[in-house]
Amino acid sequence: MSIKLTVNGESRELDVDPDMPLLWAIRDHLELSGTKFGCGMALCGACTVHIDGQPTRSCVTPVSAVAGKSVTTIEGLATPAGQAVQKAWIALDVPQCGYCQSGQIMSAAALLGANPQPSDADIDAAMSGNICRCGTYVRIRAAIHEAAAALGAPKPAGS
Amino acid sequence: MYVRYLEEASRVSGSGHRSEPTRGAALTRRQFLELTTLAGSGLTLGVLLPGCGSAGPGGGTAAGPAAPLEMPFLRIAPDNTVTVIAKHLEAGQGVWTGLPAIVAEELDASWQQMRVESAPAKAPLYQNNAFVPLGVHAQFTGGSTAIANSWQQLRTAGATARAMLVAAAAQQWGVPTAEVTVSEGVVAHAPSGRKASLGELAGSAAQQPVPANVTLKEPGSFRIIGREKLPRLDARAKSTGTQQYAIDVRLPGMMTAVIARPPRFGGKVKSFDAAKAKAVAGVVDVVEIPRGVAVVARDMWSAKKGREALSVDWDESGAEKRGTTQLMKEYRALARGKQALTVAQAGDADGALTHAVHRVRGEFEFPYLAHAPMEPLTAVCSLGPDKCEIWAGCQMQTPDQAAAAAITGLKPEQVFIYTLAAGGTFGRRATPDSDFVSEVTSIAKATGGKYPVRLIWTREDDITGGRYRPLNYHRVEAGIGKDGKVAWRQRIVGQSIVIGTAFEAVLVKNGIDPNAVGGNAAEEYDLDHVHVSWNAPKVGVPVLWWRSVENTHTAYSKEVIIDELAQAAGEDPVAFRLKLLGKHPRHVGALKLVAEKAGWDQPFPKEKGRGRGVAVHESFGTVVAQVAEVTVKGDSITVDRVVCAVDCGIAVTPDVVKAQMQSAIAFGLSAALLGKITLTDGHVDQTNFHQYQVLRLPDMPRAVEVYIVPSSNPPSGVGEPGTPPIAPAVANAVRAATGVRLHTLPFDLAAARRANA
Repeated sequence: MSIKLTVNGESRELDVDPDMPLLWAIRDHLELSGTKFGCGMALCGACTVHIDGQPTRSCVTPVSAVAGKSVTTIEGLATPAGQAVQKAWIALDVPQCGYCQSGQIMSAAALLGANPQPSDADIDAAMSGNICRCGTYVRIRAAIHEAAAALGAPKPAGS
Repeated sequence: MYVRYLEEASRVSGSGHRSEPTRGAALTRRQFLELTTLAGSGLTLGVLLPGCGSAGPGGGTAAGPAAPLEMPFLRIAPDNTVTVIAKHLEAGQGVWTGLPAIVAEELDASWQQMRVESAPAKAPLYQNNAFVPLGVHAQFTGGSTAIANSWQQLRTAGATARAMLVAAAAQQWGVPTAEVTVSEGVVAHAPSGRKASLGELAGSAAQQPVPANVTLKEPGSFRIIGREKLPRLDARAKSTGTQQYAIDVRLPGMMTAVIARPPRFGGKVKSFDAAKAKAVAGVVDVVEIPRGVAVVARDMWSAKKGREALSVDWDESGAEKRGTTQLMKEYRALARGKQALTVAQAGDADGALTHAVHRVRGEFEFPYLAHAPMEPLTAVCSLGPDKCEIWAGCQMQTPDQAAAAAITGLKPEQVFIYTLAAGGTFGRRATPDSDFVSEVTSIAKATGGKYPVRLIWTREDDITGGRYRPLNYHRVEAGIGKDGKVAWRQRIVGQSIVIGTAFEAVLVKNGIDPNAVGGNAAEEYDLDHVHVSWNAPKVGVPVLWWRSVENTHTAYSKEVIIDELAQAAGEDPVAFRLKLLGKHPRHVGALKLVAEKAGWDQPFPKEKGRGRGVAVHESFGTVVAQVAEVTVKGDSITVDRVVCAVDCGIAVTPDVVKAQMQSAIAFGLSAALLGKITLTDGHVDQTNFHQYQVLRLPDMPRAVEVYIVPSSNPPSGVGEPGTPPIAPAVANAVRAATGVRLHTLPFDLAAARRANA
């Protein structure tokens, strides 16, 4: 059975087991490896993608459930919030091993997309589903605040 | 093709951008590998590769031939990039930034031109020098040794390259070498106004003789080493999803495998029926290997479904069938017995304890712990008739190479290991029997090398797969005599990590495994009367080094009991420790710094449920002191603030040092508050992160402050030493807040209240 969906703005067609989790379809069949496998049970957030803008754990989302929908992976993250998050991540040297960071960034970008000025409690709530074994949490918090500040800052003159 | 893949996958750059693959005269990894001859057991500094310095046709600029300068630890390319060849695994600890920083310093390069890539598996060229004094000539990353063992080697490599660039410039410009300067990657002769980049001079430099001796900089003139914020070379790739890990490797025709392993440790395959597994769409092979039965498929989903359909009959006659409740009961009984190996002895601990005026005792229980790196164990193998290629986040290249050679019947030099960034390790990828590398090689062999194969462990495989931090039981009694002298008696019961492995001959002395008992009170405090002993029970649960190893438990009982002793004597916990650290000036320095930064001399607010605690510990040559502030509400513990002071000698990359302290604090808190692997009748009870809980963002203290003790000593490690002090610092803070003594990990305040009652 062929499943049609949009991935990072492009129409794609997948001829796979409809029960296959979106994660493995993305990684093994669309060859986009930025989205990571961490647990397979929606417990760690490493596989987070946006489906129609909503942060979603792709490891438990059957590919059949995203037919006709729009999927954004770390490779296609282009929203202002997403770019501000990535910029802050690099500026603060958030990543260590880096493996969970695609998922962290997708969660943070979704948070800032919906709530441009989150409180610490908002950040705790939005990010509690993303595990980082390197414990980069201090810098993740700081980078989200920095990205929020950049998003809220007045635009430079002329732009 | 595979080589090109590796080059692209492992190369990251100083500006944060992936660099273009080097072209023209640059060697491929494979050529490099083949050309580089073993240079004995020396440190192989500044050895040029044969034939690498000649000018290519049509090459050449005003400054000389357009060719690279190729050395074992660095390559300067005509495009003006400087690539450091990293012999150590980057698993998050920051060696892809720290190692290039050392080279860049002595080379006087600019940080923007620095790149890094993994070295091939090649000992002794890329051996870990920290273990050479023990007679070990192996390439591996562990024991927080990467920066320390590379320090002289990479400084010399950078200075050697610099001297050759200067000589090349002097020759071309016809000026004295003494008048040639290098700064921020620019070679210059001020009197004539001539300038050239490192890349422009690389080809000529390669034709210069290698100087026998080079002068290294005085630490006072460092401008990259010690820079407060030196951007990580891997931050951009790791913030854009482009960093390649073993799990991301794609080779033409590659298949994916998962393994059905015995449900109990020590079990073996009796027989299996592959019919249903083979009926799953996408499954291509089902093969038996020494560790179980592998299901090989077109993709991961098919492999998993195939494994679910597989039927295996296990021989459990030799399997471990005890549970952790029973094991702990046996450990307690062992601790009560007289038979044990003496680890440390001085004075008369028994006598002094009998007459002590203040006395405390404690029984400590530490669970098995899984490492649970976020990238589950993964390796790719492509096996040909005369060659075996492996892609993995390898921590122990030399043993892994030997293991793959033994399995395939090839020579070690026919095994090519391409080390990729690892998605965490914390010790898990350093296995004496090369577990996941052996497994993937066994699958490639069993399937006749007909396709490259990628092995993926699922999270369940990882959590239930053993190689844990060992279960431990400590019984400690400590006292203070009328003369003020401290007596200490301790029994440690816990499995040996290294006995029975190739590391036994190197590490074990008089039957004592330092990885089971090191970091105990006798090593860290000036004690007049001390007796530490050890029982090493034989248990079939495989154990392994886990970030900071034995210090995860020895530091805990030491720092909790010393704190309780201070309390019993009515003394301040910091002042009491300082009295016992006369022979440990670096402990004193770290403790005083953390006390100052935490405001220890200021009274702590007397709010209900709030408390602060301190701990100090040396491991891997680095001393770390921490103060934790907590709030206890009911039976729930919140860590509000952690102040950390670290003495790691010269801090090569201070921001990475700080990141490692933050990381180690999170890792240690995870174990203190949540981590526990238990077994029932030999079956692991936890399978995934819903049961094996780890620290999440809301549990991370709001404030984590890290201060580095100024030092001119050579650098020591920072990957592990931040872990040991945090659990006892928090326990001491909880006791200050509530009076409850926490002697069982992970913390269960309700259970501890009952035990204390």
